[in-house]
Amino acid sequence: MEIPRHWRLKQQRYGLVGEVCPHCDAKIFPPRDVCPNCGDEAKTLYTFSGKGEVFSYTTIYEAPSGFDSNAPYTVALVKLEEGPMITAQLTDLGEQPVEIGMPVEMVTRKMRNDGDERGLIVYGYKFRPAWNMPQG
Amino acid sequence: MTTPQTSPTLLKPAKPVGIVGYGAYVPRYRLPAKEVARVWTGGKGAGLPIKEKAVPGLDEDVITMSIEAARNAMLRAQIDPHELRAVWVGSESHPYAVKPTSTLVAEAIGAVPNTQAADWEFACKAGTEALVAAMGLVGSGMGHYAMAIGMDTAQGKPGDALEYTAGAGGGAYIVGPAEESLAVINASYSYVTDTPDFWRREYQKYPEHGMRFTGEPAYFKHITEAATHMMEAMGTTAKDYKWAIFHQPNTKFPQRVAGQLGFTPEQIAPGLLVPVIGNTYAGAAIIGLTATLDLAQPGDRILMVSFGSGAGSDAFDITVTDRITERQSLATKTQEYIARRTEIDYATYVRYRGKLAMR
Ligand SMILES: [Zn+2]
Repeated sequence: MEIPRHWRLKQQRYGLVGEVCPHCDAKIFPPRDVCPNCGDEAKTLYTFSGKGEVFSYTTIYEAPSGFDSNAPYTVALVKLEEGPMITAQLTDLGEQPVEIGMPVEMVTRKMRNDGDERGLIVYGYKFRPAWNMPQG
Repeated sequence: MTTPQTSPTLLKPAKPVGIVGYGAYVPRYRLPAKEVARVWTGGKGAGLPIKEKAVPGLDEDVITMSIEAARNAMLRAQIDPHELRAVWVGSESHPYAVKPTSTLVAEAIGAVPNTQAADWEFACKAGTEALVAAMGLVGSGMGHYAMAIGMDTAQGKPGDALEYTAGAGGGAYIVGPAEESLAVINASYSYVTDTPDFWRREYQKYPEHGMRFTGEPAYFKHITEAATHMMEAMGTTAKDYKWAIFHQPNTKFPQRVAGQLGFTPEQIAPGLLVPVIGNTYAGAAIIGLTATLDLAQPGDRILMVSFGSGAGSDAFDITVTDRITERQSLATKTQEYIARRTEIDYATYVRYRGKLAMR
């Protein structure tokens, strides 16, 4: 059971909320309160656009416990439009092959059950192939 | 002593209200009705109720689907989420028996903490019920904006008639002052009675239906009464509306009720989505309206009538404003979700919908 951790991370997990550095404008994810670019304090919340592209990926067939009901699934390093690189599951692939450089967009999805089906349902960000994205 | 009110009375807010933003969601996967017939009737499915239904992926439920529809509504409304005074979700498939869908949706779109949040239930009209309440909240001046969502991931018993049609999808609406609206809601009218047509007891996975009650005394009676009283009170006939949307458990029911009320097949065409996404329960009338708004023109008048078993109907008289044109393209359109389509077979469907007992 990791209920306190799920609760603490909900904002960044549901909405891809990170930070922006007030000194050099670097966008930070996950939030760490210190700018990795200039080293100054950075606590201003920033909601990422959710747009990015696949930098690298791998398909998981032997999933860790809690994720096994979703296997096989693809995990990717996603380079966000604003700069940071994050690891996330890809979803809604259908029959679409994954390619490096493929544009993706963030969606909020079920990650797993905390424990069994009596436990909390953990939600968080995943990425799907970008399609027909509205401008702006 | 006062006499009880027995004549049809419109629900009209003190201050005029309307829709300032709307958004739809339909999951990617489709199960053709002929695939269900292949498994259960050896393919002898003469007169299948729909072509195919939308099926959610393994990582989707009413919470994730509501979040996406809500984000689309926010894109069209272009408002700060902190201005929402309510986030209400109507569904008969809330993921938790106890723990609101609405708080998680509100958190994900950045509307917390200074907001109302609640889950609504009334079979297939839970979404329009939330919409009427949102009209009340905004129309009374208690809040400037309120969000109402109707969303479902409906389940039918394997092999049951409902399995052909029980689909997934829905939509979200942001209600606000009429002067900011892309469509003004002129009035609503609700008609309810106690009717034993369809139910699901606590802890039961699949619903039951009271066979002979599902058609005439339930669906047709309530929709006809709601639509007729609404039009009488507004002084309108079917010809005054450019478009109409009726709850759609299958293809035939809405076609028939529309005809009986004097509406043409053209008037209901944009909002008749059940043939391609299935019956989305609390999302059904709601997503019919998002699809209609996607192609509506300023000045178009729309009649929407929902139906929920148990039973009741909410009717809405809506007039589209000039703002519609600039907001239609600000988010993914309903037909674009429908076009994003991956066909699955019955085995994949069984896995996606958790019908496989692993232990
Ligand atoms: Zn910095």
